[in-house]
Amino acid sequence: MSEHHIVSPKIYFAIFAALMVCTGLTVWAAEVDLNHIFAGMNIVVALTIATLKASLVVLFFMHGKYSSKRTQMVIICSMFWLAIMLFMTMSDYLTRAWS
Amino acid sequence: MHRTGELFGQFETMDQQRESASLGMWVFLVTEVLFFGGMFMTYTLNRSTYPGVFAEASRSIRLSLGAINTVVLIGSSLTMAMAVWASQAGKKKLIPLFLIGTLALGTVFLGIKGIEYHDKYVEHHIPGLNFSFEPNADVATNAHAQLFFSLYFAMTGLHALHMIIGAGLLLWLLRQSLRGRFTPQYNTPVELVGLYWHFVDIVWIFLFPLLYLIDRH
Repeated sequence: MSEHHIVSPKIYFAIFAALMVCTGLTVWAAEVDLNHIFAGMNIVVALTIATLKASLVVLFFMHGKYSSKRTQMVIICSMFWLAIMLFMTMSDYLTRAWS
Repeated sequence: MHRTGELFGQFETMDQQRESASLGMWVFLVTEVLFFGGMFMTYTLNRSTYPGVFAEASRSIRLSLGAINTVVLIGSSLTMAMAVWASQAGKKKLIPLFLIGTLALGTVFLGIKGIEYHDKYVEHHIPGLNFSFEPNADVATNAHAQLFFSLYFAMTGLHALHMIIGAGLLLWLLRQSLRGRFTPQYNTPVELVGLYWHFVDIVWIFLFPLLYLIDRH
């Protein structure tokens, strides 16, 4: 791992601030009815913000941005396999035409 | 031995040695993603089937406590990242301070969780323990609300268990750091526990909107 790069505390504090802003944003967005824009908009916004927060944690707190390609590939694989579990399982349920 | 930061055994370079340790933790975290993922899958299915009751049940848990806990846990990730930095930068005296900070914030999180669980106990929202969602709830509403609360306790409970394990790891790190064990040449345990702790934070980052913010408008 070419991690002789030491991430500066300034970056950690900046990311923390960004995470606090995102947290406030997601609480605020939950209190506004966005579902009249399109059905399910609230959950899309909530999950988008959560994904952004998680990305900041992975990239900077967990040094994902500074890791080898090998490590980054493992990280991406986890998202891929989670997606398979969620999408394939839901598609099973959603395509059941049983009455 | 590798514990002194020397090249050990089958590794050809220090970089390779360090990376393989880190990769080991990452691969474990991938299994954890799928472990929690199973419950997120169950949640997804049940919420999409009973959206109204899930929204109502979500409103009955205290948003303020969930939000405070989110801030607390992200704060603990900051202190953990600072502990890793301190070990990399040779600031030996700062390592235990940041570890204690992480432990303290983690304990606050668990304490607030305890308060929340107590709230649910008092309100008869614990499945299997005289569960009653609302005084006039019909059988179906009660059943579907129980699904939400089963998921609530299972997911936050599994998360809390991971935090308790993390606290144990932090105590172990604290002991080692007070003995001056961690140097810029050897700080692998701090880094790996850090990865684990940040992962537990990420799980909460998703739990919070899914459990507390379903429909607050």
